[in-house]
Amino acid sequence: MAIETTFDFDQMLSNAREAFGEELMRMADDGLDFVFTYSDNVALSSSTGKFTQKYPERCFNFGIAEPDQVGASAGLALAGNVVYSQVFGPFLPLRAADQIHTDIAYNDVNVRLIGTHAGVTAGGGPTHNDIADLALYRAIPNLTVFVPADAGQCIKGIRAAYDFQGPMIIRINRGGSPNVYASDDYELEFGKAIETYPGTDLAIISCGSEVYEALMAARILKEKGISARVIDMHTIKPLDYDMIEKCASEVGVIIAAEEASINGGLGSAVAEYLAERGYDGKFARIGIPDEFALLGSLPDVYRHYEIDAEGIAKKALELLA
Amino acid sequence: MAIDKIADAAIYEELTDKAFKLRRDLLTFSTQINMSHLGGELSMMEMAVALYYRYMKYDFSNPKWPERDRFILSKGHCSEVLYMILQDKGVYTMDYIVEHFETLETAQFGQHSNRKYVPYIEISAGSLGHGLPIATGYALGARYRNENYRVIVMVGDGELCEGTNWEAMMAAAHYQLGNLVLIIDKNKLSMTGYTKDVMNIDPLDKKLEAFGFNVINCENGNDMKCVCEALDQLPEPDCAIKRAPTAIISNTVKGFGVDFMEDKWNWHGGGLAKEQLEEALASLDRKRSEI
Repeated sequence: MAIETTFDFDQMLSNAREAFGEELMRMADDGLDFVFTYSDNVALSSSTGKFTQKYPERCFNFGIAEPDQVGASAGLALAGNVVYSQVFGPFLPLRAADQIHTDIAYNDVNVRLIGTHAGVTAGGGPTHNDIADLALYRAIPNLTVFVPADAGQCIKGIRAAYDFQGPMIIRINRGGSPNVYASDDYELEFGKAIETYPGTDLAIISCGSEVYEALMAARILKEKGISARVIDMHTIKPLDYDMIEKCASEVGVIIAAEEASINGGLGSAVAEYLAERGYDGKFARIGIPDEFALLGSLPDVYRHYEIDAEGIAKKALELLA
Repeated sequence: MAIDKIADAAIYEELTDKAFKLRRDLLTFSTQINMSHLGGELSMMEMAVALYYRYMKYDFSNPKWPERDRFILSKGHCSEVLYMILQDKGVYTMDYIVEHFETLETAQFGQHSNRKYVPYIEISAGSLGHGLPIATGYALGARYRNENYRVIVMVGDGELCEGTNWEAMMAAAHYQLGNLVLIIDKNKLSMTGYTKDVMNIDPLDKKLEAFGFNVINCENGNDMKCVCEALDQLPEPDCAIKRAPTAIISNTVKGFGVDFMEDKWNWHGGGLAKEQLEEALASLDRKRSEI
């Protein structure tokens, strides 16, 4: 079932990073008991910074030491606490991979690791790009990986994660990307993708900030008389294979779009399923290719790697030709 | 000799007997499963026995007792010491452990322990440098919940090469976790040689002090009196009091008790062949009689 999207979203900027700090504040204000670990990258003026000032007894700063932060988060959880932990984008999967694997996933603890500045949204070049994470997370058992499409969905997920049993990654971008959903009046279930926009000629399976780009691409394509379906695959693990199957059985062209390396992430997961299924339609991955991303402004990087709406629409036209 | 000293001496004797009994159990067990890390298991035995049989608040009939002291074995490759304690305490029989050792679907025990299968295991460990960060968070979590138990974490000296230990030491001192106890089983050998040759960690006491720990030097970690005297110095685990975390440097001999294993790096891993068992047990008996 398609749900209502803004589709006229250009003016409705949202900020998942700010939203998540605001939601932590609301949850604490509502009396939910949890602790928060963070790094030396949480500005006091940010919503998260305000949360740490209002609830200092439950907030623990680990400086610039992501492996220790993630390991200690596991310890905090073993002591009986629900833990939310914020880490700057690439330093979560790359610095703390061993701790995510062993301390969090293998030890099966209730830690929600929130990686901010996902993909290339931090700017600043490859040292600050977070594009290898989805490939890593997919290969670690017992991880739920949630990639919200906008601030509203992020808030839903942050709140729902409180009662969730087991480890979870929440991957959000820097902020400033538009809202996808016109209202919060929809069900979010981890592992269950959303058909965000209906379409019959092709399906664009996307996650995170690429859902917005996919919707914009659908609008471009609509003007050319092409009906593009947009899937919000907000959970990368466990992946909603039923939704991929539905697309495979209903449309002859599938594109997977993510703001991550094309190797090993959402696109790879979809490709694996389609290959094993014997899909006889056309398929393409959109994401950052196998290279260190060029230096440039965010819109320029999006345009260069054709992970923006125009790039997705262009790829769709190629496959449909 | 004062009466309490005589009583202490009797306790040391009893605990030493236990340590040697568990060593015999361990060697016998090792020949049955043919995979162990005997060097480090034999070096840490006195400390483990002193903790589980005397110092830790622990109830073997209730492994999830909320008030228990937590023992986190960061050098997870020495988990068989914990299994030996569990069988000695009657939690599992030796046969049961052998029959459930790395047996796929029925496995509960392994060279590296898994907390999911054995409720007495506090963390699933194996790769090094994980225990201290987890213990630091655990001690912080205990304070947040206002629960007064000790979080005791044992690491190997070779393990201190892993930078996460030093990250965690900074955090433990920063948060003044007086309920945290770090024990270094300093047997001076890592997998391929002496730590001073592989990667020197000395002067360890000065480094720990510089990182904000209250350091207790246990000159001979294979001498029960020395071990107990070190543990007697632990502060009360009052989580609300902010003070320096404690580190005990336990100077031990890798492979302690078996002459052909003592101070030999090549006994880090691997099992004991059945043909060697008799000789090893005889060596243990000789060592016990010397103490």
